[in-house]
Amino acid sequence: MALSAEQGGRLAHLLSQHADRLTNRWTEIVASSLRGRLSRAELARQVQELHRALVDAGRQGVADLADEHGGELRAVLSELSTNRARQGFSATETAISVFALKDALLELMEEEKGDETLRDFVSFSALVDQMGLFTFETFVRARESLIADQAEQLLELSTPVVKLWEGVVAVPLVGTLDSARAQVVMERLLQTLVDTGSPYAIIDITGVPAVDTQVAQHILKTVVAARLMGADCIISGIRPQIAQTIVALGIEFGDIATKASLADALRHVLRLTGVETTARRPRRES
Amino acid sequence: MERVPILKIGDILLVSIQVDMSDQTAIQLQEDLAERIVATGCHGVIIDITALDIVDSFVGRMLSTIASISKVLDAETVVVGMRPAVAITLVELGLSLNGIRTALNVERGMELVAASRADDWDEAADDEGTETTATA
Repeated sequence: MALSAEQGGRLAHLLSQHADRLTNRWTEIVASSLRGRLSRAELARQVQELHRALVDAGRQGVADLADEHGGELRAVLSELSTNRARQGFSATETAISVFALKDALLELMEEEKGDETLRDFVSFSALVDQMGLFTFETFVRARESLIADQAEQLLELSTPVVKLWEGVVAVPLVGTLDSARAQVVMERLLQTLVDTGSPYAIIDITGVPAVDTQVAQHILKTVVAARLMGADCIISGIRPQIAQTIVALGIEFGDIATKASLADALRHVLRLTGVETTARRPRRES
Repeated sequence: MERVPILKIGDILLVSIQVDMSDQTAIQLQEDLAERIVATGCHGVIIDITALDIVDSFVGRMLSTIASISKVLDAETVVVGMRPAVAITLVELGLSLNGIRTALNVERGMELVAASRADDWDEAADDEGTETTATA
């Protein structure tokens, strides 16, 4: 039930007439639901801001939250819920901050009963419902963008390509390998091969918690692509359990060299390139 | 019609593909290359595809054919300078360019050709060596 211009005026009047009492009661209800995780002063400031925006909207004759008079109110609401989302409050706790207005309003309106009171309250509460839903939507959107940001950061963070030796680069893979990450790893590795002119690459999977057929497929693709470009790949860091899984799943690595540790792989590559590694005889202290 | 230039560097023929390959260009290149290998007696062919943005099955087949022709004429073929994006596309398409040797750049390609020639010579020398020791 939409708010008429008349009702909007009455709402604004009611809100501004009992401003202090209403905001205090409102703050009280919200504070009890948040259990002291937000300071009283901070809450009071947020509630007063909402109150002011609501009074303004009512004076301008807001009929629906989505119309042009609701702009200011929407901005305040979205700021509130975005902040709450970032501070780690739940959706319910955020929505209650808005819905608490209903309780506070009901107490006020019961005291000043008139002919139109019931009708007014239903209209007001419809507006409050819209505000609550809007808060909820903004909350979810803020959370989603937070998750998307984090996923992107994770992608950026976790795929370094390091140079081990002249002509030897290594990719220490850490974490679960899905299609998107495998693609990033593959592109970055191949680009590094071109940039550094390294004919050998070591893919270290010590940090990969589980290898299934899909992960193996991604690694194999990377190796084949590197071969096409004229570089050789060695897979290292295969843990005992993973070796068992690979065999159990029937994954074939073909003629791709696999080593148990990164050190073994480096030694293997150095031997291929003709670099001699010998242990220096320990010098005895006399 | 555009022709792909073939440069001779020492014992190696260098083919740098800079234009989009059409059927005609590809056939012309194969003919030119075969003639040059015979005329110069070179034992290595390096095909540089750094400039190619797209390698499809057509170009892939052309490379395979060139490699086979060179093989018959006793010349080693190395494809160099494939871009990462091209390599990824080929893998996704399932084209693995069997029988073609690859290197990261022209320099590495020349090393590869030289190394494989050296291996051949070693083998030949070993064969002769065993014969001489047998007779001695």
